Amino acid sequence: MNVLLDNLGLYGTAFLGTIELFVVAAIGSLAGGLLLAGMRVSPVPVLRAFGTGYVNTVRNTPLTLVFFFFAFAYPRLDILDLSFFTRACVALTVYTSAFVCEVLRSGVNTVPVGQAEASRALGFSFGQTVSTIILPQAVRAVVPPLTNVQIALLKNTTIAAGFSVFEAGGIYQRLSELGYNVLVGLLWVALGFLILVVPLTLLQRRLEATWSVSR
Amino acid sequence: MSAVLYDVPGPRGRARNLLIGVVGTLLLLAAVGFVVYRLAATGQFAGRLWEWIEFKNIQLLLLDALWNTLRAFAVAAVLSLLFGAVFAAGRLSDHPWLSRPSTAIVEFFRAVPLLVLIFILFFGLTKGLGVQITAFWAVVLGLMLYNGSVLAEIFRAGVRALPRGQSEAAYGLGMRKTQVMTNVLLPQAVRSMLPTIISQLVVVLKDTALGFLILYPELLYQARYLGGQGQLGSPILPVAIVIAAIYIAMCLLLSLVANVLERRTRRSAKAGPVDPGAPAEGLVLAAQAGSRDA
Repeated sequence: MNVLLDNLGLYGTAFLGTIELFVVAAIGSLAGGLLLAGMRVSPVPVLRAFGTGYVNTVRNTPLTLVFFFFAFAYPRLDILDLSFFTRACVALTVYTSAFVCEVLRSGVNTVPVGQAEASRALGFSFGQTVSTIILPQAVRAVVPPLTNVQIALLKNTTIAAGFSVFEAGGIYQRLSELGYNVLVGLLWVALGFLILVVPLTLLQRRLEATWSVSR
Repeated sequence: MSAVLYDVPGPRGRARNLLIGVVGTLLLLAAVGFVVYRLAATGQFAGRLWEWIEFKNIQLLLLDALWNTLRAFAVAAVLSLLFGAVFAAGRLSDHPWLSRPSTAIVEFFRAVPLLVLIFILFFGLTKGLGVQITAFWAVVLGLMLYNGSVLAEIFRAGVRALPRGQSEAAYGLGMRKTQVMTNVLLPQAVRSMLPTIISQLVVVLKDTALGFLILYPELLYQARYLGGQGQLGSPILPVAIVIAAIYIAMCLLLSLVANVLERRTRRSAKAGPVDPGAPAEGLVLAAQAGSRDA
């Protein structure tokens, strides 16, 4: 207990760092995933090929390697001097976008083609078809797995600790320097993640249970 | 091609798509070109930065690192499959004293970040309890706990998705509970879930890279070491590119196996995923398991 109470400030700033990383990367990955998914379902072959190539490459790359690239290799390119925090956000965004893209794409594909064909036959425009027919049905198939991807992102933020960003994954180092019991300190970190992740998991289960469509 | 979002394009649509295609290609080429230009401008293509590939010692070093990565992957994969099978059986058990702790353990290890688990095993146990655990076992056990829990969920989902007639017929033949599980349900569940299981093994392979953060001498660790060698010109970018190619090739290979298996199971109706129209999947097991929470 002492380990937590003596270092409340440390835990506070660390988990705040985690949440900051998570929020920035979540927004970034949703935007990036939407763009990629748009490419993957577009009628333009070049964009489709790029989307597929990106997703297949990034999904088969370890996140640690993506971090490695942005932390150690990126500065050698002399493009823009970014802070470690920004680079961590970029790494998480680049990685998570591929997973978001897949979720969005498969969500759109769960809508039977007949639905869109029927709406086109009724004279709906593209915008009307998407906004009133396809999206309302696709959202139900998208949100539960999307929550899963974001939960994974939240847990993945810990890797940033290995690349000079101070967040929950890095608490043990400070505790070790201060001479506290690292095991107890790390168990509190695990508990912190449980507190963050479990509500999201419960939300995801409820959505899945109430939103599953029977076709 | 008529997709959900787009009809077969007419003449105007084709012209527009062509325009988007050309502009998109130009934008992508510009982005790639910029990266290549920066690589060239900072001298990353200079022969000196790539010389390290020719040294025999470095080749051996990288081979050794690759071996360390694969070794961790292989041991972790086997252990997580075992862990998953045991805890899936535990969660599906009729006995609350077995199913409840199994559920708690699986949920706990799925919610805690893998890196925190590895830190607990490596730093926590070593400094907190004085139990000496090598970096290899910290990585392997961490991977086992996390991926084993995920695999337990996959196995359980596979068993619950089987038509209830399977277990009913087995019980009707007079099989015991264990026999029904090991002889009838598990083999079918494993077969239909094989693509998902292999995809999870790709995650195991990818996550061995976390060993880098506790200085387990795997590929990334050696990449960092080589990249910092002044007498080689600190070739961190070339090294990172080569290491990335190795990782991606290995993972793509495994993903390919998963895809092939998926296509095969989809083709043969017998082992394919259960017909979604089938009545109340896994209801029998849910009823048998009684107190288990959904």
